[in-house]
Amino acid sequence: MPLANNTTDERGIAMTTSTGTKTGTDIPQAIVKQRNLSWWISGLIVAAVAAFIAQSLYVNPNIAWPVVGEFILSPRILNGLWTTLELAVLSQAIAIVLGLVISLMRLSSNPVAGAVSRGYIWLFRGTPLLVQILLWGNFALFYDQITLGIPFTGVTFASWPTNEVITTFVAAVLGLALHEAAYMAEIIRSGIMSVGYGQTEAAQALGLTRGQMMSRVVVPQALRIIVPPTGNQFIQMLKMTSLVAVIAGGDLLTVAQNISAVNLQTIELLIVATVWYLLVTSIASAGQALLERRLGRSIRRQKDRGNKTARGRAS
Amino acid sequence: MVAMDSVQKWFGKLHVLQDIDLQITPGEVVVVIGPSGSGKSTLCRTINRLETIDEGVIAVDGQELPKEGKSLAGLRADVGMVFQQFNLFAHKTVLENVTLGPIKVRKHSKADADRKAHEQLRRVGVDDQANKYPAQLSGGQQQRVAIARALAMEPKVMLFDEPTSALDPEMIKEVLDSMVDLAKQGMTMVVVTHEMGFARTAAHRVSFMADGRLVEENTPNEFFTNPQSDRAKDFLGKILEH
Ligand SMILES: Nc1ncnc2c1ncn2[C@@H]1O[C@H](COP(=O)(O)OP(=O)(O)OP(=O)(O)O)[C@@H](O)[C@H]1O
Ligand SMILES: [Mg+2]
Repeated sequence: MPLANNTTDERGIAMTTSTGTKTGTDIPQAIVKQRNLSWWISGLIVAAVAAFIAQSLYVNPNIAWPVVGEFILSPRILNGLWTTLELAVLSQAIAIVLGLVISLMRLSSNPVAGAVSRGYIWLFRGTPLLVQILLWGNFALFYDQITLGIPFTGVTFASWPTNEVITTFVAAVLGLALHEAAYMAEIIRSGIMSVGYGQTEAAQALGLTRGQMMSRVVVPQALRIIVPPTGNQFIQMLKMTSLVAVIAGGDLLTVAQNISAVNLQTIELLIVATVWYLLVTSIASAGQALLERRLGRSIRRQKDRGNKTARGRAS
Repeated sequence: MVAMDSVQKWFGKLHVLQDIDLQITPGEVVVVIGPSGSGKSTLCRTINRLETIDEGVIAVDGQELPKEGKSLAGLRADVGMVFQQFNLFAHKTVLENVTLGPIKVRKHSKADADRKAHEQLRRVGVDDQANKYPAQLSGGQQQRVAIARALAMEPKVMLFDEPTSALDPEMIKEVLDSMVDLAKQGMTMVVVTHEMGFARTAAHRVSFMADGRLVEENTPNEFFTNPQSDRAKDFLGKILEH
């Protein structure tokens, strides 16, 4: 190794053995040691503060921890948790598909499709999710019947009362999915645009059809850009489902609030909900990390090669 | 094999292809040369319709270029193209790059496609790289893989748009050698290049292009030693100075 006089001790502190000649290495050495001392001090302070907060919560007489234990695995809470998961997964899935369609419309050369796509994003990204959920929850107030027919002709095939079609669950999914689709459309669009023009030209020159070009060349490369922010969106979606509590969506927060409305243990049930949200988002984060590692395989190979050649040249 | 007849193309106000007539017989190797911006790339790209034309007719193997869809894809499969920037599929291995077209477009079995891909990779001398990703190869190797990828489609014509101008000097030779071999084996080729060595050894004809027109056509020897038009004299004077 050409840099043999740079060693690292077991605590990870870089050490430079003195070789007699004064070089610039003295200065970084000093900086590393100083940062290390402050690293210990700041770490201690943070740990002390965290311990204090945890302790004050634990001994706080206003929090009845046994109540938390009583409800955390209760069937009602687990039911609400299940609804939350259903809402998040279903809404995210719909949002991905719809977002793909909207992004493809935006990227198409058709000006009408482009305008519709831009309008959609403008509308659904520009209004608060809470308001959108309330609007879907109260849809019956402005359309009391939902009718299947041919527009502008008066021909109708079937008609249903709005409240039967748009149940609370459907309203919650509509609110979450349509809002999310606007964000997914932009994420997918940036992923597709990140694939160089040369890649699509090469695919066309081989005689691949448009569909083959998308599925074999563009999408696999775009996914590396699309997956990380989509994982973030899903984690956020898990939390945003709690907003449907305003239309009594039957989710984890709705149930927790329903219970505390009766037993008045507000904080305890909020803690129950918090613990579950934390657990679920932690699992989702782990899953995202796993997925990213799989998708990054060919990139990592390239990086390995880059390091090797860099080292090869240095020696 | 390729017939261009009174082809016109505009980019907005820029008349980038003016009255192009070009006939290429089977097995012929045509080098297109000319100053930057004269429309060489555009000419090359119209032959497999990566660029559309506004007027005129282009036919490949007696068949006029289809406008869209399946038949266009079919025609493109018969016309191989090699780009200046290689454009290998970054997420696929060398072997997968070469087999994608044969499997998806030609509907060959994977085993067949693999076998033929190795054949083509051997032909251009990069078979030992078959399982690497493009980013792990040198530019010269990447370009030879790109040539193998195009050849694996068993095209009737090969188009090369400045295949060596993104390469370091020592890699240019290995790519040109592959192209000379290909020419010797009777492939019909249209090559945009400033490599006069290649033009002299492999080309049957040099077409000189300036300001969107094919100004002069001749055998390589005649063209380089005795150019007729002032534009060509001027151009050759400039590139020979260095
Ligand atoms: N997509 C495009 N839109 C508008 N103008 C274009 C486009 N592509 C090329 N042009 C213009 O058309 C002219 C011819 O371009 P072309 O790339 O065919 O030249 P070239 O002869 O290949 O040049 P070079 O030797 O630099 O590659 C140039 O003036 C260029 O700016
Ligand atoms: Mg060019």
